[in-house]
Order: sequence, then C-alpha cells, then structure tokens
Amino acid sequence: MDFISILSIFVMACFVGYYVVWSVTPALHTPLMAVTNAISSVIIVGALIAAAEAGEGLAKWVGLGAVVLASINIFGGFAVTERMLAMYKKKEKK
Amino acid sequence: MRFHSLLRSPGPRSGAGLIRDLAKLARLRIKSGLTVVGLAVLASSPAHAATGEGLAVNPWVALAYLVAGVFFILALRGLSSPETSRKGNRYGMVGMAIAVITTLVTHQIANIIEIGVAILIGGMIGVTIARRIAMTAMPELVAGFHSLVGLAAVLVGWAAYLSPAAFGLLDADGGINSVSKIEMALGIAIGAITFSGSVIAFAKLSGRMRGAPILLPARHVINLGTLATILVLTALFAMAAPGATMPLIVGLTVLAFVIGFLLIIPIGGADMPVVVSMLNSYSGWAAAAMGFTLGNTAMIITGALVGASGAILSYIMCRAMNRQFLAVIAGGFGADAGGAGGGEAREQRPYKQGSADDAAFMLKQAEKVIVIPGYGMAVAQAQHALREMTDLLEEQGVEVKFAIHPVAGRMPGHMNVLLAEASVDYDKVFELEDINSEFAQCDVAFIIGANDVVNPAAKSDKSSPIYGMPVFDVDKARQVFFIKRSMGGVGYAGVDNDVFYMDQTMMLLADAKKMVEEINKALDG
Repeated sequence: MDFISILSIFVMACFVGYYVVWSVTPALHTPLMAVTNAISSVIIVGALIAAAEAGEGLAKWVGLGAVVLASINIFGGFAVTERMLAMYKKKEKK
Repeated sequence: MRFHSLLRSPGPRSGAGLIRDLAKLARLRIKSGLTVVGLAVLASSPAHAATGEGLAVNPWVALAYLVAGVFFILALRGLSSPETSRKGNRYGMVGMAIAVITTLVTHQIANIIEIGVAILIGGMIGVTIARRIAMTAMPELVAGFHSLVGLAAVLVGWAAYLSPAAFGLLDADGGINSVSKIEMALGIAIGAITFSGSVIAFAKLSGRMRGAPILLPARHVINLGTLATILVLTALFAMAAPGATMPLIVGLTVLAFVIGFLLIIPIGGADMPVVVSMLNSYSGWAAAAMGFTLGNTAMIITGALVGASGAILSYIMCRAMNRQFLAVIAGGFGADAGGAGGGEAREQRPYKQGSADDAAFMLKQAEKVIVIPGYGMAVAQAQHALREMTDLLEEQGVEVKFAIHPVAGRMPGHMNVLLAEASVDYDKVFELEDINSEFAQCDVAFIIGANDVVNPAAKSDKSSPIYGMPVFDVDKARQVFFIKRSMGGVGYAGVDNDVFYMDQTMMLLADAKKMVEEINKALDG
C-alpha cells in the first residue's frame, strides 16, 4: 500500500478512536487502559514476521523476544480486563 | 507448513468458530496453492517488495488485518457500558487471534515450534500475573504492561532494521528506503520512551521508588536537548548510506531510553494518573509507527485507537485537576509540600475528633449518606469493609451513594474497580458532576482516604496550588466524617484543608480499614 492510503487509514482511525473513547463510561476507565494495553500488543504481528522470516541470526532472536513480551501483554491484558469486568455488577433483585 | 498447530495458538473459546472459519479459508487457499507460493515470493523478493510499504499486497490478507482492526474498535465500543463490556473484551480477543493467525498463515514459518514456545511462555506469564494481581495494584500493573509494549516495539523496530528483507523494506540499491527508516526510527524512539518511562512509573506506583519528584538542575534544557538530538539522529539515519546506519540507530535507541527516564522522574505521585494515561497513549503511537513500517492496517488502526484513548484520558485527568498538560509533564508538582502548606498555622486550629461509635450512631440516624473514597481507601484495602458498612446501613433504611472524583486514586477509574471488586453495585456509584448537587440534601458526607478532591480552597483560594480544580461540595452536607490516619499528613498537593476544621466535621483518625470495621461492629451491635 502506498503511504497516502496508509496515512488515510491512520487519520480516520484517530477520529474513530476519539469518538469511541469519549463514549466509554468513566467507571470503566481502568479496564479501558488494560484492554488498550492488550490490543496495542498487536505489534506481535511484526514480532512474528521477524521470528518467522528473518532466518537464523540476531533478528530472529530479537523477534522471538518481542513475541514473548507481546504475548505476556496480550494474555495478561485480556485476562485482567476480563477479571475486572466480571466484577461490575448491577443490583440483583433479591 | 503445519496449519493444524495454528488452531491451537491463542484463541479465546468464544471466538473459536470464527477462528475455525478463518483457518478453513486459509486451508482452501493453500489447496489452490498459487496464492501462498505467490505470497512467499512476494515476501522474500526484494524486487516486489520495493514498493516499500510491506507485504500486505494480497487483498485477502489486507482484509483480514482490517477486520482485526474493526474488532478492536468494537472492543473499545463495548466499554461504553458495563453490560456490553465483556462482549467487547471478547471482540478484542477475536481481533487479536485474527491478526496473529493471519500473520502466521501468510508467512513461511521456518521455526513454528520456537514461535509456539515463545507465545506459550509469554501467555503463561501473562495469565499468571493477571490472575494473581491484587486490584489495588492495578496502576502499577498497567504501567508494567505499558513498558512491555514499549520494549516489544523497540525489538520489532530493531528486527526490521537487522532483517529488512523479511519485512519487504529493501529498495532497489539493497538499502532500506528512507520513509521506512523514519517510521522505524520513530517507532523505536517512542517505544524506548514508553519503556523507560513506564518502568519509572511502575517503580513509583509500586513504592519501589519514592513518589516525590526528583528534580535535576536545568532539566528542561537537558530534556529538550535530548529530544532534539533524537530528531536529528532520525533525520541522519534516514539519509545515511546503508553501511553507516548502525551507530546512528544505536545512539537513537540509547538516547530514547534515557529521555523516557528523565521525563518521568520529576513527576510526583499525585500526577501519576496523567503519566499512566500518557504512557498508554505513547504505547499506541509506538504500535502505529511500527504499523506504518510494516504497512499493516491492524497495527495502524489499533495504534491510533490506543493513542487517542491515552490522550483523551490524559486530558480528562488534567481537566479534573485544572492543570495544563504541559505543566504536568514539566513536573515538580508537590515537591514543596512542607514549605507551602504553612505548617505552623495549621497545627493550631481546633478540630473535633470522634470515635467509631459516634460515627455509627449518627450514620444510623441519617437518611442519605454519600461516600467519597480516595487513594487512602486503596492503600488501606478498606473497600470490602466499606461495602459491609453500606449493607448494614441499607438494612437500616439509609440511602448510600458513592461519589468518585476523576483523579481519585492513581489511575483513571481506579476507585470504580475497587468498589466493583467489593461488589458495590455500579448503579450506586456516581461521577463528580452527577452527584455534586446532592450534597446539599445529604445528611452525611463520608470521606475515606480522599483529601484534595474535597478541599474548598480549590473554589475560593486563588493562591492555592489546586485552585480551579473541580471538587465535591462537602461543606454543604449536614455532617462530614473524615477518615484520615492522622492530622499531620496533608494531601498530595501539600495544602491544608478547611474541611478538617468545619463545625460539622468529625475527624475519625485511624487506619481507614480499622475505622470502618469498628463502625461496622457498632452498627451491628
């Protein structure tokens, strides 16, 4: 893809992010941070490419290191968000 | 290629159907053969990759990444209410699974076992941390996770630098093209700043490092100088001949680590909510920069979402403290706590001290109680005792509501999570602007571990460092209970609080958890 198409996607995504995040209820701001943390680890895509295609040598190990770090974040981030969200309860009718 | 093993790679059970479909799609294309071979050629051949912006040439692959990006948008969208939030989180997991699986099936994977092991190790560490972490430790956990994203971005940037062919970044002369080099350098720099900044934030939040600002002389000059040097190095790196790039990128990486460290050490504990949000934003921009390098829409969309999210949270936090973002980043707030507070005048003023029994008696008589929790409640782990108190009071027919200031605690939404952990219903928990008018009709304002957020000086005293910050109007309540460890300490802003000395205020000086437990005993008896 050429630079301008990519830039367009980026700019549009910034606007989408702006409106979506303002609609997040303040009570869920901590889960918001945890889940944004998890999804920003989509950087694992780059790490996987490096680990898969870089052949032998330093780049592969650097890539594998990044895979480990990003996986900690992905699994940890989603799991902790899930744990937090499970705690938000409405009044149960007794 | 062993695609069956891919099915076992990270995927939430709820998204299994979708993943299976995607895998089927992948297998179909493998049967047709051509596509995959074509992709492999594209991936490894510099001639084709010379378009410069990565591998996403196959429209199906690009589409899959786009779908992943849309799932991430839905994940954030789900957080608009607690009812939809868990579904949102699942969308996030599905999006991630799509991104990971798409990457794996579209690349020639020589070492799937090593990759599987890496994911397994990371996944086990991540899940273990997520299960064990105490809810009160959430701010440092988030800071810690940010540091990992930052470091991962640095590593991915370096991997792309060391092995540009794998990412299709080579231009006709066998060097990396300049645009990719700029994106790469920015990704590495932002990632490194995120990493070292988050490590400091983590150390401060977890008490491994003192929360007080550490002020270097001429720090603004040093910081701006370092930032400028990083930009210059980025430009030089982009223009350098293939053989001469190594020292530039090494220097750039090291300086970015240093500046992240320097930027966060002068910022005090009270401003940590802003710092954590800001680092959240940085981790997003780092991911977006790497997305530009790889031409990957999932990374770009996510990066923009996360970047925007962190920026908005920083803005909300600053607004809630009536402070300029730049002033927070410049740091130093709360450094002169001893001097500015006017210590000698403060100690002289009379205040009323009460016991748990007094408090329990008056709470029973009340019709409406508003509880204002703050960081002190988190430190004392008093949320469960507080919930018990709420239950006991409700049995007596007292209406109890919770009022949360946006900057209560050490990160956005910190108090809400703790109350949720203690199973306080979220429809009893209100934000500042929604509940502030109710103090005039409430019998008791019950302040537990909060201080600056109820300080009337923010409304009246122009010389106060917190002047202009929106605060709770507790002075309008008929009765104020103020749980505080001792009269000695002041809030993070280091200012005295007139609420202590009001006629209707009763100070309950004790550890927050012990005090609430004693009140509960008295209420029960």
